[in-house]
Amino acid sequence: MKTPWTRSLLIGLWFAFLTLPLVGFRTDFLEKTLHFRPWPLVAVFGVTSLFAFGWSWYARRQPVETALFASYGGVGGWGQRLNSKPVLLTLLSLALVLPLVTSGYQTGILITALTYIVLGLGLNIVVGVAGLLDLGYVAFYAVGAYAYGLLSQQYDLGFWVVLPVAGVLAALLGVLLGIPVLRLRGDYLAIVTLGFGEIIRLVLENWGEVTGGPSGISGIKKPAIPGVVMDFQQQNQFLYYLILLLALVAIWVNHRLQSSRLGRSWLALREDEIAAQAMGIDLTQTKLTAFGLGAFWAGVVGVFFAAKSSFINPASFTFHESAIILSIVVLGGMGSIAGVVIAAGLLILLPEYLRFLQEYRMLMFGAVMVLMMIFRPDGLIKNPRPFYSRPKKEDR
Amino acid sequence: MPEWVYYFTEIFFSGLTRGSIYALIALGYTMVYGILGLINFAHGEVYMIGAFVGLIFASIFSILGWPVWSIFVLALLAAMLWSGAYGYTIEQVAYKPLRNAPRLAPLISAIGMSIFLREYVILAQSSDFRAFPALFETLPDFGAFGDFLQPSEAVIISTVLVALAGLFYLIRFTKTGRAMRAIAQDREMAMLLGVDSDRVISMTFIVGSALAAIGAVLISTQMGQINYNIGFIVGIKAFTAAVLGGIGSIGGAALGGLVLGLTEAFAAGYLSSDYEDVFAFLVLVLILVFKPSGLLGKNHTEKV
Repeated sequence: MKTPWTRSLLIGLWFAFLTLPLVGFRTDFLEKTLHFRPWPLVAVFGVTSLFAFGWSWYARRQPVETALFASYGGVGGWGQRLNSKPVLLTLLSLALVLPLVTSGYQTGILITALTYIVLGLGLNIVVGVAGLLDLGYVAFYAVGAYAYGLLSQQYDLGFWVVLPVAGVLAALLGVLLGIPVLRLRGDYLAIVTLGFGEIIRLVLENWGEVTGGPSGISGIKKPAIPGVVMDFQQQNQFLYYLILLLALVAIWVNHRLQSSRLGRSWLALREDEIAAQAMGIDLTQTKLTAFGLGAFWAGVVGVFFAAKSSFINPASFTFHESAIILSIVVLGGMGSIAGVVIAAGLLILLPEYLRFLQEYRMLMFGAVMVLMMIFRPDGLIKNPRPFYSRPKKEDR
Repeated sequence: MPEWVYYFTEIFFSGLTRGSIYALIALGYTMVYGILGLINFAHGEVYMIGAFVGLIFASIFSILGWPVWSIFVLALLAAMLWSGAYGYTIEQVAYKPLRNAPRLAPLISAIGMSIFLREYVILAQSSDFRAFPALFETLPDFGAFGDFLQPSEAVIISTVLVALAGLFYLIRFTKTGRAMRAIAQDREMAMLLGVDSDRVISMTFIVGSALAAIGAVLISTQMGQINYNIGFIVGIKAFTAAVLGGIGSIGGAALGGLVLGLTEAFAAGYLSSDYEDVFAFLVLVLILVFKPSGLLGKNHTEKV
């Protein structure tokens, strides 16, 4: 029988073996140089053995299995407690005051976080509520951004005009993409949407005459209130309140949708397509509205993003973006609005506050993502299933 | 012979080469999917790590001045060994704890794992392009025949064929292979009949990763340079190939890889090289629209 100590040491040795070529050697065959670096290997051995020992100690105190099952069951409480009026009002007033007391840099980060909250809420409709795995969501975001970039430069249209136009444009595109993929299920849908996202990005990159190619569009006008002149800081705060407003509207719309007839059809679709169909839900219409409404938000946020950064290029719309937005939805808990808000905050703010780790920042970010999924496979906040309470005597 | 014949065959063989690499990597996706129903998003990173391990060993042996063929074989074996080890470890760390979790949970931990591995390679090696020893340059010239088929392409295609034959043997005629097929058909039933499913799943990851490593070393030495980012686009393409052929089907992955490689080569050769990736995805969308289960995928009817 292996003791935890020897087991941990063996795990450390295994990881030292794994990292032997890449961490241990640095070669350049052109210059004919070969460096062997033993100390990083020792560090890998030490860190992984300690981690393994800590893990086994943790697992002995509380078997991982039960820890996992615990998170399946009673997590509803978290979301419930957040949902009370005083808490929400406190959070809202905090959100309103924050940009007045923090630095412009901090406000910028908050703006990014709010942007991802809206994106997450949009994708939440498609993936979280309707259960259609979309890996190319960033395409609609790109469409919104480029719509504003092009319309404002070619036709001199203002921010407020393009905002709804781009949203509708993205929604139409969402429906158009939805039509051919209606028959596809699960993972096939995932790869087609992924391919669609890549196609949009490649077209943006290669259609130089219109989109400016890899160098993108620069000098996009910032949003303005007619007749008001703003300095840089005020502009920043204005952007913050704008995206906060968008986020609040998105939260409200998402919330209202989920308890509507349409929202319940989406949930039914997610749980069992055939049963939903048997209950008289029109699959085509339900799926297409999910795609369309989800894409609408991405289009709107795209306009905001273009206006905020005043420069866009295809590099901002890679698969990595889609992956982060999808992670927000899944990590938050499928279909849970509070979950999306918290997860977006976490995933966007985490890399900022991990800056002290310097170049190990993104490494830890990836590791944290894996760990969070292992400890909370259902997401941070499990969406409580809507149910009607029955008369007491009746059993199921 | 007219000019266009040369052009056509040249494109055909370059497409075949590319397609056979896609096929190798697509097999890793499709085997894991067939057994676990899981998209292993970190597979592209395993391919990338295979390329780097190959680079380290090829450099070491070429500095030591060993003969080229031994460098090639040793780099290939080392890359397979370490990629297999990485595949095994990834499965143990990121997927095994999530075996009974909701369907999307392993997908997100795979994305996290893939970010982790990319950063790990950046930290351990560098984020720059690294030169890879061009092992195929010393191959003998094919003479007039070389107008159609370059020696490096011949080596790549034949190595892939050997690897595919090995895989076919493994799956068709060995006990492990039979266990894999049984688990792919019905995991619970196979477990009831005494198949050690954890061991078979580990084996699947190891074999799939080793195949990806073969592809990585072959293509890297032909291209001459690698960086931490190569796994991403190849991973997406190979996954596309797996879906194209019908995900879960071994023959489908091989066929899908070839179809994808040829499509890209012909689109780049006759239409526009800027849009070759667009054509690849368009073919995918078209095939799935008309045959939703892929080329060789079984039409699966859902029972209520």
